[in-house]
Amino acid sequence: MSRVLELDAVSGGYGDTEILHGINMHVEAGEIVVVIGPNGAGKSTAMKAVFGLLNLTAGSVRLDGVDITNTPPSDVVKQGVCYVPQTNNIFANLSVEENLEMGAFVRNDDYRPQLEKIYQMFPPLREKRQQAAGDLSGGQRQMVAMGKALMLEPKILLLDEPTAGLSPKYRGEIFSTVRTINAAGVPILMVEQNAKQALGIADRGYVLVDGSNSVMGTGQDLLNNPNVGELFLGGGRA
Amino acid sequence: MYALYDFINFHFIPGLVLGSIYALGAIGVTLTFGILRFANFAHGESMTLGAYIAWTLITLTGWHPIAVLPLAMLITAVVAVGIDRGFYKPFRAAPTIMLVIASFGMMLMVRSAIQFSWGVQLKSLQSGIQQPLILFDAIRISPKHVVIVGAALALMVIIHLILSRTKMGKAMRAMSDSPELAKLTGIDTEQVIRNTWIIGGALAAAAGVLLAYDTHVETMMGFQVLLPVFAAAILGGIGKPYGAMIGGLIIGLAEELATYPWIGDTPLVSPGYKAGVAFVLMIGILLWRPSGIMRGRTF
Ligand SMILES: Nc1ncnc2c1ncn2[C@@H]1O[C@H](COP(=O)(O)OP(=O)(O)OP(=O)(O)O)[C@@H](O)[C@H]1O
Ligand SMILES: [Mg+2]
Repeated sequence: MSRVLELDAVSGGYGDTEILHGINMHVEAGEIVVVIGPNGAGKSTAMKAVFGLLNLTAGSVRLDGVDITNTPPSDVVKQGVCYVPQTNNIFANLSVEENLEMGAFVRNDDYRPQLEKIYQMFPPLREKRQQAAGDLSGGQRQMVAMGKALMLEPKILLLDEPTAGLSPKYRGEIFSTVRTINAAGVPILMVEQNAKQALGIADRGYVLVDGSNSVMGTGQDLLNNPNVGELFLGGGRA
Repeated sequence: MYALYDFINFHFIPGLVLGSIYALGAIGVTLTFGILRFANFAHGESMTLGAYIAWTLITLTGWHPIAVLPLAMLITAVVAVGIDRGFYKPFRAAPTIMLVIASFGMMLMVRSAIQFSWGVQLKSLQSGIQQPLILFDAIRISPKHVVIVGAALALMVIIHLILSRTKMGKAMRAMSDSPELAKLTGIDTEQVIRNTWIIGGALAAAAGVLLAYDTHVETMMGFQVLLPVFAAAILGGIGKPYGAMIGGLIIGLAEELATYPWIGDTPLVSPGYKAGVAFVLMIGILLWRPSGIMRGRTF
C-alpha cells in the first residue's frame, strides 16, 4: 500500500503557541481515515498543517512521497489536495454552480464532465444550481462544499467535521456520500465529532488529545476500545 | 404642468447624470472594500487623474472626450496597479487601518502631483455651447447628458458581464465573499487584487472624465465627490457592485431633487448645501441599515 499523505512528527501552532506536539498520521491509497478527539485537541489545526496554513516548527508533510512541508495553500491545491474547512466553506453570495466552478479555478482543461458527475452525486445541487449557495439548507451547503472540492478530482480529500450541526438524517446522507466518493477512488482524511458513525465507515482512525497522538487503530479497534468508548462514544457527546 | 417640466429639466435629468457618475465611482470603492477590506481615500484622486489625462489626450488629438475615454481609463488603471504594487502591497498582511491611512497619504500625494504637473487653473474638456434636444416642446435635454448617461450605463453593463460571466469576475466576487476560502480554493488572489485595481481605476477615470465633461477639470473635483461616492457604496451595501450602481443613482437623484421647491416656492435645500444631502443620507444609512440595500458587509 502506498502512502498518499503522511504527517511525520509534525509540530507547530499559531504565533508562539505550539498546538501540535509532534503528531504522526498517514493515509494510504483508497482509505477513509477518521480523526477524533476532544474539542480543542488540535484536529482542525492538524488539517491546516497539511494545507500550508500553519508554520511548522518541526516535522514534515509528504504527498505521494514528495515533501510539501510549508507549501502555500494555492500550491497544495494545485498538487491535488482539497480541503473542506469546518466553517466558512462555501461562497455564500455565489450561486451553487459558481461555487463549483470556483472549485475548478486551477484547472485549465474542460471541467464540465466533472461538473456533470457532481450533479449526479448530489441531485439537489443540480436543481438549485442558480441559487445563492448561502440560501441552501445546512446539509445542502455541505454538499456544495464537498462538490466544490471534488471539482479538482483531487488525489486526497480533507474534510473537517462535515456533519457538524446537521440533523441525523443529513448526517447519514453525508456519511454515505463520503463512502461514495471514497468508492470512486479518492482517499479521505476526515475529522469527526460523531465518532461512532464515522469510525463505522473508517478503515482506520486516530485519537488526538492535547495536540499529540493518543490511540490509533482500525475503525473497529477504536470502536471496541474501552478507553475510546468512555471518552467519545458515550451518550455525553452529541 | 410647467412645474413638471422644470422638475424634469432642472432636477431629474441632472440627478440622473450625477447619479450615473457617482455609480461608476462607487463600484470601484465597493470592489476595493470587498476584496482588500479597506476604504480607499485615494479613489477620488483616480477620478481627477483620469480627467486630467483625458484633457491632455484631447489637447494632443483634438478628439471628443468619449473617444479618448478608453485610453484615459487604461492609463489610470495602469497607475492604480502601480500604486498598489509600490504602496499597498507591502501592507497586505498588516491591519487594514494601515491601508486606510496609506491611502489617505496617497490621496494627498496624487493630488499634489496633479497640481504640480497640470497647474491649478480650471480646464474644460470641450468648448462651445451645444443646442439642447427638445422633447414635447418643453423637456430640454443637453446632448452631453445623453452621452454621459449612455456611457455610464454601457460601462455598468460591461462590469455586470465581467462579474457574472467571466472566470476572473466570479473569482473577484468569491474573494469579496471570503478571502480565506478563496486562498484555500486555489484562486490566485494577487491576480484578483490586480484586476480589482484595474477595474476600480478604470471606472474611477471614467467617472472623472464624465464629470469633467459635464462641468470642468479641476484638481479638487475627485475629492469633492468622494463623500457622495462613499455614501453611494454604503447605501448599496459595502462589497456589492450592483448595490453601488443603485446607491449612486439614488444619491445623485437625492442631491438634485432636494433642491426642488417641494414645499412653497423656495428650494427645499438651498443648492449651496447640496453636498450635505449625501452626508445626511450616509449617516442615516449607517444608523438604520448599516448593511445597505444589498446586505453588504458591516463595520
Ligand atoms: N487561528 C487561531 N489562532 C490562535 N489559536 C487558535 C486558532 N485556531 C485554533 N486555535 C487554538 O488551537 C487549539 C486547537 O484548536 P483546533 O481548532 O485545532 O481544535 P479542534 O480539535 O479542531 O477542536 P473542535 O473540536 O472544537 O473543532 C485550541 O486551543 C484553539 O484555541
Ligand atoms: Mg475543529
